[in-house]
Amino acid sequence: MLTLSLSHFLILGAILFAIAVVGIFLNRKNLIVLLMAIELMLLAVNMNFVAFSHFLGDLSGQVFVFFILAVAAAEAAIGLAILIVLFRNLKSIHVDDLGSLKG
Amino acid sequence: MFDNFVIPDFLPAAPEIFLATMAMAILMIDLFIKDSRRTVTFVLAQATLVACAAIQVFTSTGEITYTFSNMFVDDMMADLLKLFVYMTMVIVLFYSRAYLFERPNMNKGEYYVLALFATLGMLVMISANNFVTVYVGLELLSLSLYAMVAMNRDSLASTEAAMKYFVLGALASGMLLYGMSMIYGATGTLEITELAEALYNGENNRTVLVFGLVFLVSGLAFKLGVVPFHMWIPDVYHGAPTPVTLLIGSAPKLAAFALVMRLLVSGLITLAQDWQQMLIILSVLSMAVGNLAAIAQTNLKRMLAYSAISHMGFMLLGIVTGVVSGDARYALNAYSSAMFYVIAYVLMTTCGFGVILMMSKAGFEADNLDDYKGLNKRSPWFAGVMLIVMFSMAGVPPFIGFFAKFSVLQAVVASGQIWLAIVAVVFSLIGAFYYLRVVKLMYFDAPQDDSVIVAPNHIRILLSANGLAVAALGLAPQVIMSLCAYALLRSL
Repeated sequence: MLTLSLSHFLILGAILFAIAVVGIFLNRKNLIVLLMAIELMLLAVNMNFVAFSHFLGDLSGQVFVFFILAVAAAEAAIGLAILIVLFRNLKSIHVDDLGSLKG
Repeated sequence: MFDNFVIPDFLPAAPEIFLATMAMAILMIDLFIKDSRRTVTFVLAQATLVACAAIQVFTSTGEITYTFSNMFVDDMMADLLKLFVYMTMVIVLFYSRAYLFERPNMNKGEYYVLALFATLGMLVMISANNFVTVYVGLELLSLSLYAMVAMNRDSLASTEAAMKYFVLGALASGMLLYGMSMIYGATGTLEITELAEALYNGENNRTVLVFGLVFLVSGLAFKLGVVPFHMWIPDVYHGAPTPVTLLIGSAPKLAAFALVMRLLVSGLITLAQDWQQMLIILSVLSMAVGNLAAIAQTNLKRMLAYSAISHMGFMLLGIVTGVVSGDARYALNAYSSAMFYVIAYVLMTTCGFGVILMMSKAGFEADNLDDYKGLNKRSPWFAGVMLIVMFSMAGVPPFIGFFAKFSVLQAVVASGQIWLAIVAVVFSLIGAFYYLRVVKLMYFDAPQDDSVIVAPNHIRILLSANGLAVAALGLAPQVIMSLCAYALLRSL
C-alpha cells in the first residue's frame, strides 16, 4: 500500500501553484478564469501549510489556513465586485480588451 | 486545553483597537448623513486619526513589548512609523476633501471609511511579529485599496486599473504566502522572532529556505513596486482617481518598508547574503527602468509612478548594505538611512500629489504635463511649492530629497560597494531630467489657460506648510535622521 509522504503533498502544491500562475499569465480570454486561478493559488498554499503542519506536528500552520480561507473569501467578493463594475463600463470580460491604460 | 489561556495585554495595541472601533462606528454613522453634509464624516475620520496619534504617544513605553501571544510587537520603530502614517493620512484626507466634494459621484463616506481601514492594515503590518499578522494586515490594506481604486465607478480607466491592481496584488499575496509556507516548513514556526532564533541555532534545510525566500522576496517586491514586479504601478497611479493615487503613493510605502524590516531584517537576517543579492538586482533594475521610462511620459501621475519605482529602488540600496560579508557593524546606519529615505519620499510625494489635487477642478483633471505650462504666471507661490518638490525628488541640495539620497549613498559607500553608489548616482542624474522638465514647463512656457487657481484656504496653508517642510527639513535633516537612528537602535 502506498503511503503518502510530505514530498507528495509538496509536489501537488507546487503543481497547483504552477497551474495558477500559468493561468494568470497565459489566459487571454476570460477574467473569471483569472479569478479562479487566484483562488487555486491560495488553495495550493493551503495544501502546503496543512501538509507541513501535519508532518511537523505543529498546529499553527492549520490556523493560518483558516485565515487564508477567510481572506480568500473577502478577496473573491471584492474581485467579483470590481469585475461587475468593469463589465458595466467595458461591456466585455475579455482580458485582451483591457487596454485603455498604456505607456 | 484552555488552561494556559491568559488575557493578553491590550495596551500596546490600543491605537489599533481604537481605530478599528471608530472606523466601524463611522461606517454606521455615515449611513445617516446626507451627501451635502459629508463634512461630518470627514471631521470624524480626522479626529480619529489625531486621537490615534495621541494614544500612540501616551501608550508608548519605548521598550519592545510583545502581546497577543507574541503575534503583535510594539517598539520604537513601530511607534515612529505609525506616527508618520497618521500624519500622512491626515494630510491625505485634507488634500482629498475638496476634490471629492466637487464630484458628487465620489463624495461618499466610503472614501473616509476605507481610508481608515487601510490605515488599520498599515498599522497591523508595521507591528506584525507573526506571518499571520503580516498577512492579515497586508490584505486589510490591499483590499481597501482595491475598492478605493474602483471608487469612480463610471470611469473605464479607474475600473480597469482596479482590475489590474486586484489581479497582480492577489498574485503577489499568493507568492508571499507560498514563500511563507516554505519557510514555515523549513523552520517549523510562523513567529518572526522565533524564526530568527531557529535560523541562528538550528540545522535547517537550506534548499527549502532559499526556495521560500525567492517567493517571499518576489511578493515583497510586488508590494513595494520594484522592477520586474512593477507592472501595476503606472496603470494604477494613472487610472485611479487622484485622491486615491495620493493615498496609494504615500503612507503604504511606510508600511511596505516596515514589512521589509520585519520579514527580512528581523526574521531572516541569517540569510542576509542571499536576499541582499536578490534585492541588489531589483534595486538596480528599478532605478534604471523607473528613471528611463519616466522620461517618455506625458501624464504627470504616470511620471510620478515611474518616479516612485525608481525611489523604491533607491530605498532598497539602504536595505542591501546592512550586512557586509557577515559583518553587521553598519547595519544600524544603513537601515536608518533607508527609513529616512522612505519618510522623506512620503513627505515629497504627498506634496506633489497635493498640487495636482489643488489644480484639478470639477470635470478637469490636472494630470497632464501640459497643464503645468506657465504655472508661475498663474500662481507663483504654488509653482514655487512644486519647484521645491521637483528639486527635492531630483536630489538637489538643500532640500530633504538630497539628504535622503546622500545618507543612503553614504551607507552604500561604507559597505564598500562603490560600483553600486556610482550606478545610483548616474541614474539619479538621468532622473533629474524629467523633474527639471516640469520646472521648465512651469517657469518658461506660456500658460494654456490663464484662469486663476481657486482653492480653499486650509488647503493652501497645508500645501505651503508641506512644501516648506520639504525645504526646512532639508536644512535640518539631522532631526528626522537622528529620530530614525534612535528608533532603530531601540528596536533591533
